[in-house]
Amino acid sequence: MEQTYAIQMKNITKRFGKVVANDHVSLDIKRGEILSLLGENGSGKTTLMNMLAGIYFPDEGEILVNGQSVTIASPKDAFDCGIGMIHQHFKLVDVFTAAENIVLGLDGQQRLDLKAASAKIKEICEKYGFVIDPSKKVYNMSVSEKQTVEIVKVLYRGADILILDEPTAVLTPQETDRLFDVMRNMKADGKAMVIITHKLNEVMEVSDRVAVLRKGQYIGDVATSDTNPQKLTDMMVGHAVTLNIDRPLVENRHLRLEVKDLTVLTPDGVKALDGVSFEAFGGEILGVAGISGSGQKELLESIAGLRSAQPGSHVIYHPPSPDEPIAGTHAPVDRKGEELLGKTVRQIHNIGVSMAFVPEDRLGMGLVGSMGMADNMMLKTYRSGKGPLLNRKPPRELAEKVKAELDVLTPSINTPVRRLSGGNVQKVLVGREIAQEPSVLMTAYAVRGLDINTSYTIYNLLTAEKLKGVAVIYVGEDLDVLLELCDRILVLCGGQVSGVVDARTTTKEEVGMLMTRFRKEAAEA
Amino acid sequence: MTQVKQHKDPLLRIAKRDAIGRPKAYAIRLIGVLLSLLVSGAFIFAVTKLNPIQVYNAIFDGAFGTERRSWVTIRDAMMLLCIGVGLAPAFKMKFWNIGAEGQILIGGIVTAGLMRAFGSTLPTPVLLLLMAVMSLLAGCVWGVIPATFKAVWNTNETLFTLMMNYVAIQLTSYFVALWENPIGSNTVGVINQRTRAGWFPELLGQSYTLNVILVMALAIGMFLYLKYSKQGYEISVVGDSENTARYAGINVKKVTIRTMAISGAICGMAGFIEVAGVSHTISTSTAGGRGFTAIIVAWLAQFNTFVMILISFLLVFLQKGATQIASQFNLNDYASNIITGIILFFILGSEFFINYRVIVRGGKEGSAK
Repeated sequence: MEQTYAIQMKNITKRFGKVVANDHVSLDIKRGEILSLLGENGSGKTTLMNMLAGIYFPDEGEILVNGQSVTIASPKDAFDCGIGMIHQHFKLVDVFTAAENIVLGLDGQQRLDLKAASAKIKEICEKYGFVIDPSKKVYNMSVSEKQTVEIVKVLYRGADILILDEPTAVLTPQETDRLFDVMRNMKADGKAMVIITHKLNEVMEVSDRVAVLRKGQYIGDVATSDTNPQKLTDMMVGHAVTLNIDRPLVENRHLRLEVKDLTVLTPDGVKALDGVSFEAFGGEILGVAGISGSGQKELLESIAGLRSAQPGSHVIYHPPSPDEPIAGTHAPVDRKGEELLGKTVRQIHNIGVSMAFVPEDRLGMGLVGSMGMADNMMLKTYRSGKGPLLNRKPPRELAEKVKAELDVLTPSINTPVRRLSGGNVQKVLVGREIAQEPSVLMTAYAVRGLDINTSYTIYNLLTAEKLKGVAVIYVGEDLDVLLELCDRILVLCGGQVSGVVDARTTTKEEVGMLMTRFRKEAAEA
Repeated sequence: MTQVKQHKDPLLRIAKRDAIGRPKAYAIRLIGVLLSLLVSGAFIFAVTKLNPIQVYNAIFDGAFGTERRSWVTIRDAMMLLCIGVGLAPAFKMKFWNIGAEGQILIGGIVTAGLMRAFGSTLPTPVLLLLMAVMSLLAGCVWGVIPATFKAVWNTNETLFTLMMNYVAIQLTSYFVALWENPIGSNTVGVINQRTRAGWFPELLGQSYTLNVILVMALAIGMFLYLKYSKQGYEISVVGDSENTARYAGINVKKVTIRTMAISGAICGMAGFIEVAGVSHTISTSTAGGRGFTAIIVAWLAQFNTFVMILISFLLVFLQKGATQIASQFNLNDYASNIITGIILFFILGSEFFINYRVIVRGGKEGSAK
């Protein structure tokens, strides 16, 4: 009985400062089984697995490998326990060959014998059906080949418990199929495997059992054969919670942004956005839902002028009419609509479009971490005023105002903002963006990592902007919030719009299905 | 099943500190300096059986023992400070300008060339001005080349600026051969030794007053530029995060090139001060590694040019003292370098303890598991 468990994790807790990433999670991993670890972004999947791989050290709880209690304090300890993890971001030396990467870091009492290593690598490949050339340099490899090297690397070290962190995120469907074949071969060989993913169809296809995490807590596990995507979605997102966010309806909504056939490529040439079209109105909050990496980031950044789009794409800006309260400071742009694509951030600003953007990466894009609140307030406005010198008075006043109005907890307005807690950092950022009196306000994961009170502060601020006639675009991950806060919800799936729904009448299930496109597939079947 | 290898908790864990108060940070630094003096004292005693106090005394004597020594110390500290001031904007932008050596040499070559060419035709004030401007431009070009490549093709600036140093050294060798005086000496000799044309004039009865004035003006100017100008603000933003800079609508390429133009220009200016104000000659060792030492000055001071003054003096003081104890106690030059090394090690090491704390196994926090 004891033998069937490769790993037992008991009451594992991991905190990062005040954030509890894993809250007394208990998880069993069996031999000869593929376990899917399912959960939304930030639900603690990767953190939990990193503790098995020796990247993090648990604050509380016990880990048993083959029934024995162990301490895993480093990746080397993990290997000694037979645990190998394939990370989402590969950890390979580009200028080395596959074989060199695979033997790298092994204890070498004997001489480095690459020939013997290559032979052993070949043997592993034949056994499980991998295809790699041990003498190929990593920089010449495709993403899928690199992943194969990573997997062979852990097998070479004798791992019999493999953890794959979102392995299919970077693969084509054909490559994914090949990976799954290999995984089945390894399963047949008695290895235990964990695959972290949030793609439900893959869960159904490859795994034997599914364990679900939500907000750091262990929700439960089910045999894959006993469940379906619908049930899994329910487990993943939880039951609808009533949040009581005030959602007034604005009668006069005006077209503000018209996005037409927006196609954006990633640096690798993959379509991050594929023919996205929608309209955003002043006086409404348009929610954007989707599994992370469905193109949300690219969408907002292209509208903001930070990313170039493919020919044929359009983002047309319609200015608010002069009698609207937010029209005050805006220079008269073309009333028929102004094309924003192809313009830089400066140019968009200079033609009088006041666009506020709260990016996902608060300290890496929205703010300057090493500067205080005051200096951050002038990030977009420091050029104003004549002469080569900065005028620090207005930003200081604004900082004091934001600090007082939003209750920002900071020792002083000159304390570097990276020292503030996540919630306060977000208040600084949102406060600045709203202070510029925008006509378009875009936010990405505005409440991620914030406590409930701060989240409500942010919701109220967004709603207040909506009432002023601002077009608010809210990219979110919590479906409950999207359903209660927004007027309409745009659902993205794989860079395409899979639906636009009325947030007042739709259900969580409908949005969840659109996110994974099950409705469409079901309709086709 | 097989026995699983057992491991213990790690003995020491390192965790990042939250904020630390300024007094506490300075206390840690002070402890660092005191410890460094203790350790180097123990080292001196262990190796030489000399009284460490005596040795420290000699170090001080070497730097400030006579009026002449004091002025040499001031002169050298000013040189180091000047280069540090030049490097500050580049490093603040996280542009790893390892090329100060080359920028100094290029400024030096231009200065020496003009000094030789116009020493007998132009009055010294005009010549000085001409040399200053031209050396500044030369250093500027030497800085802009790697910056442009970085901005346009994203080349690695560390390697690029480093290689520009070798180009500058080769150019210097060429001009030294060209201007050789006397023939066969393989040096340029002191330029305009009789006429002193193009030399810094004595001010207030001291040869190096002008050096001090120029460098202090640069230091103050740079402090104001970085702290109060719009361009200085842009440098800080780009240095913190290029994404934030793009988000704010800052043209990162333009800022990169402009900042390196300034950085290179000041380093070129340092070459002018060295040639016209100190050595009055040019050789491949005119920069003498100070382009690298100044990186330590800039970083240790966190790009605050006023703190740089202190650090330049500390480094030059240690260097002069080291030479003194080497001759006074018949110690090898390396022994004194070891002392300098120990002191720097502790000063740099104290920064680690300001940013991180160490958790010991079984201690209060270590057993929290």
